[in-house]
Amino acid sequence: MPELSLQKALNLALQHACEDDDRVLIFGEDVGTLGGVFRVTDGLRAKFGEDRVFDTPLAESAIMGMAVGLAMHGWRPVPEIQFDGFSYPAVDQIVNQMARMHYRSRGVLNMPITLRLPSFGGIRAPEHHSESLEALFAHVPGLKVVSPSTPSEGYHLLRQAIADPDPVIFLEPKPRYWQRESFDPTEPVEVLPPGTSRVVREGKHATLVAWGAMVARCKQVAELAAEDGVELEVLDLRWLKPIDTDGLAASVAKTRRAVVVHEAPLTAGLGGEVSALVTERCFGDLRAPVQRVTGYDVPVPSGELEDQYLPSVDRILTAVQTTLEYRRG
Amino acid sequence: MDAADLRTLHRLMLVARRLDEEAIALQRQGVLPAYAPAKGQEAAQVASGAALDLNRDFAFPTYREVGVAVGMGVDLAAYLASHRNIWHGGLYDPQSSRLAPLNAIVGGPVLHAVGWAMGAKLDGTGGAAIAYFGDGASSQGDVHEAMNFAGVYRLPVVFFCQNNGWAISVPTERQVAGGSVAARAASYGIESLRVDGNDAVAVFEATRAALERARDGGGPTVIEAMTYRMGPHSTSDDPGRYRTLEDEQAWTGRDPLVVAAQQLTADEVAAAEENAAAVVREVRESLVSLDVRPGEELFSFVYREPTKSLLAQQRAWKEHLDA
Repeated sequence: MPELSLQKALNLALQHACEDDDRVLIFGEDVGTLGGVFRVTDGLRAKFGEDRVFDTPLAESAIMGMAVGLAMHGWRPVPEIQFDGFSYPAVDQIVNQMARMHYRSRGVLNMPITLRLPSFGGIRAPEHHSESLEALFAHVPGLKVVSPSTPSEGYHLLRQAIADPDPVIFLEPKPRYWQRESFDPTEPVEVLPPGTSRVVREGKHATLVAWGAMVARCKQVAELAAEDGVELEVLDLRWLKPIDTDGLAASVAKTRRAVVVHEAPLTAGLGGEVSALVTERCFGDLRAPVQRVTGYDVPVPSGELEDQYLPSVDRILTAVQTTLEYRRG
Repeated sequence: MDAADLRTLHRLMLVARRLDEEAIALQRQGVLPAYAPAKGQEAAQVASGAALDLNRDFAFPTYREVGVAVGMGVDLAAYLASHRNIWHGGLYDPQSSRLAPLNAIVGGPVLHAVGWAMGAKLDGTGGAAIAYFGDGASSQGDVHEAMNFAGVYRLPVVFFCQNNGWAISVPTERQVAGGSVAARAASYGIESLRVDGNDAVAVFEATRAALERARDGGGPTVIEAMTYRMGPHSTSDDPGRYRTLEDEQAWTGRDPLVVAAQQLTADEVAAAEENAAAVVREVRESLVSLDVRPGEELFSFVYREPTKSLLAQQRAWKEHLDA
């Protein structure tokens, strides 16, 4: 089976989506000739032509506003905003327009738009290139939010996002773009349905809940803990809206302890939502309060300080220890 | 309408005027919680709306476009349902009426027109988009981004600015740098013109020409229709705080209805009045008798495929209601 990077898997997903549906349009800054700054759209313009894959002027609000108008005309836009922090100028079009047009028109106008957004930190990038926006977008009625953690996940989730009749914010974990795995998208495999999570490692002592780049870090933590005889379950949430409450509850009901790990700042982050869902569904099973390991309530720092900010293996292990040693006062 | 027909345009403008007056009366009676009067802008709105080819074109309004709805033949009670607080965006069908849902973000829909126009160009359906916005909205970044995109891609879109002199309390000279909205078009390589926005025939002809050029691959146009908001910004506004009675009176003689009526016979005007009264009576009856939407619709149109959580919230809402 060939080895494939996440970046290449996403590229294949876009290619196959364009082949399957000639209403799919790919556009954004530098997605054409250059193939995107991360080369995710590499070669697509040559394959599908300038009408299907095109570069836009540098204006994020216009990219999203144009996507809304194209969708109103019956197209299936897959716009890219080059980096997470650059989506802020487009928030009006995303939140006030794309997310609401179906509602505003009483279901007449559909918005099958997938916004691809290179996201999260971990690559020592300049300011505004390492933000975690999942909670912002998950809070907005009308949007769905997805983040893949591996090449195969990236392929199938992007295909599902593009096929989805509703607007999807697709958060691509930048530090995972070049991670490779054995993966053949032409092989028939059982694909998990939209809106589900995935247990990437079975365990019995506690559940680590993560998404995007933090899934790999949590797997690393689980491997280290296993050396000490602690079996951690790692749950890749995948869909951040809707969250797979059943999958989450099933895992935590089994392990009775949960640690949620994300890069975004602590306050009002998605970890709070996950924690509340676990408490609602698993209060009787829980042996300890849900722990959160997150970024801090500070701007994502410069590259040299990034490791101090991102949830580290040590911080996650400490939280695991806290939950395992928790005694009711 | 193949050619600008003043009698037809006057008839429609009078409907818009009387409907506007009726809407204000209904607001005073407590039927409409709020309304954004369009008095004075009937020629700009009705004539540009009437210039569209409803088989091919598509219009993108903000929230002061009752005259456009009249000019396009949109279900007017369904349009005003937005002001009755029944549904944001109104109850009319945007797809069949060719008018996008009402939008309270004044620069936002200008970009949708650009996207729609690109969609039309890509699939060769031959239609043109028209975006309505005001001199105030022309300060928003989205309008500049839209004009730049349309210029770069040479899209079939008409940017129709109703320069009505005021963005709530701020006059155009404190709003628009560079002389005029039309003047900006040159920087984007877009054709532009200023038109007397109170002259229905001039507006109709300018709009129709711009739409035709757009459909023929001639690219975008900015039309700046110079008009005047004779009333307040909204039924909650007090223009006495920021403009003088003399200012308002100076425009009275240029009222588009007066300008049009001067070119018609007394009988024609009387017949138009009779028609407007009948239309308004009908719209009023429909509007007043519109039912509030059922509570289930809170949840109905958020997604094509609702999330499990939303469905659970809907069930909880229903159980609470039935309890």
